[in-house]
Amino acid sequence: MSDDTRTLVPQDLMPLWEVFIRPRTGLAHSHVGSVHASDEVMAVQAARDVYTRRGEGVSIWVVPSAGITASDPDQRDENFDPSASKIYRHPSFYDIPDDVGHM
Amino acid sequence: MYSQGLIGADGRTIEDEEFLARFQARIDDEQKIEPNDAMPEGYRRTLVRQIGQHAHSEIVGMLPEGNWITRAPSLRRKASLLAKVQDEGGHGLYLYSAAETLGVSREQMTEELLDGTAKYSSIFNYPTLSWADIGTIGWLVDGAAIMNQIPLCRCSYGPYARAMIRICKEESFHQRQGYEIVMTLAQGSPEQKAMAQESLNRFWQPVLMMFGPPDSESRNTDQSVKWKIKRFTNDELRQKFVDATVPQAEFLGLTIPDADLTWNEERQSYDFGPIDWDEFWRVVKGNGPMNRDRVAARRKAWDEGAWVREAALAHAAKRQAQAAE
Repeated sequence: MSDDTRTLVPQDLMPLWEVFIRPRTGLAHSHVGSVHASDEVMAVQAARDVYTRRGEGVSIWVVPSAGITASDPDQRDENFDPSASKIYRHPSFYDIPDDVGHM
Repeated sequence: MYSQGLIGADGRTIEDEEFLARFQARIDDEQKIEPNDAMPEGYRRTLVRQIGQHAHSEIVGMLPEGNWITRAPSLRRKASLLAKVQDEGGHGLYLYSAAETLGVSREQMTEELLDGTAKYSSIFNYPTLSWADIGTIGWLVDGAAIMNQIPLCRCSYGPYARAMIRICKEESFHQRQGYEIVMTLAQGSPEQKAMAQESLNRFWQPVLMMFGPPDSESRNTDQSVKWKIKRFTNDELRQKFVDATVPQAEFLGLTIPDADLTWNEERQSYDFGPIDWDEFWRVVKGNGPMNRDRVAARRKAWDEGAWVREAALAHAAKRQAQAAE
């Protein structure tokens, strides 16, 4: 192949997949990174090769990166700060005499 | 390695003072920056460059070692070398994945590597002439990489820091397998010991160059340290590496090829001789012993894999069409 034809054209783009791994049963799948693959079968195979070379997991999920909807980082304060002021949602807000024992 | 990633990086920003101050406050507060967070363009650009070059280094780093897989002296050595080279490929992929979170595409990075415009660590432009070089690379090249990479686990950019944590865990095996190879040679016949010494002689200076140009010539270090992309300067890391490595060489009965190497009681550190920076710049600019071979090997692999990528995509498209019917 000559240098001229090496230029990547859009239809050559390998889709991007986000990879989630369950380290062992009893734990949730967590995000570990991403892989490029033509389809979901190849994506699982690539994720296995790249992210589980040393017993890092017992199960893999792959999700098309384009399929993830995320909260807007610019709205982080509006989204998540209100919960900081609601200290009555935490057990330490309530005064219970020591005599009652552990609760 | 990736500290060389800062060569020529442009850290200038055009954002206003207030924006930059707010960003710096987050960094000073040790908050991690995540992919979609607002960040100065200079911060993003510096990281794209550094992570990309780091990824390329891992991928090109597979070549000098791959050279010896078929000629490893035993099945045990072959299995561990194969695993190590596979790890380097994995490290490259973790890092490309981290760089992509900054908005650069994999295709773009691949293209830069193949057309020879991307930089990667100068060390991989030296040839592996003997089996001893595989030991020396594991011991010294991976040792220098670890010295560089441990502080990167605390880098302010989240995806890069997370990739580095995984990589550091795996690199530790690399350094130990290398040291074991050199130790076996150093404790072997006089010819084997000579092989180990000769390899050390060739690699010592190029390994010291891995930490990048001296601080006096490295104009981008200040901004990177301020943004906590880098935690130590090139010279600080180089010194740490020399101090850690000299006793390891003494244990092996090998001599570091530097007549000026002496223990400095006052600094509690080793003084060492001058480094040939002309050679360093020659190699970085594309004129090292193996620069052309390395890029040619990557191009060949890319071109020869074209039909696989095409077939996989065609198969995926066909399945999608069938499912839609």
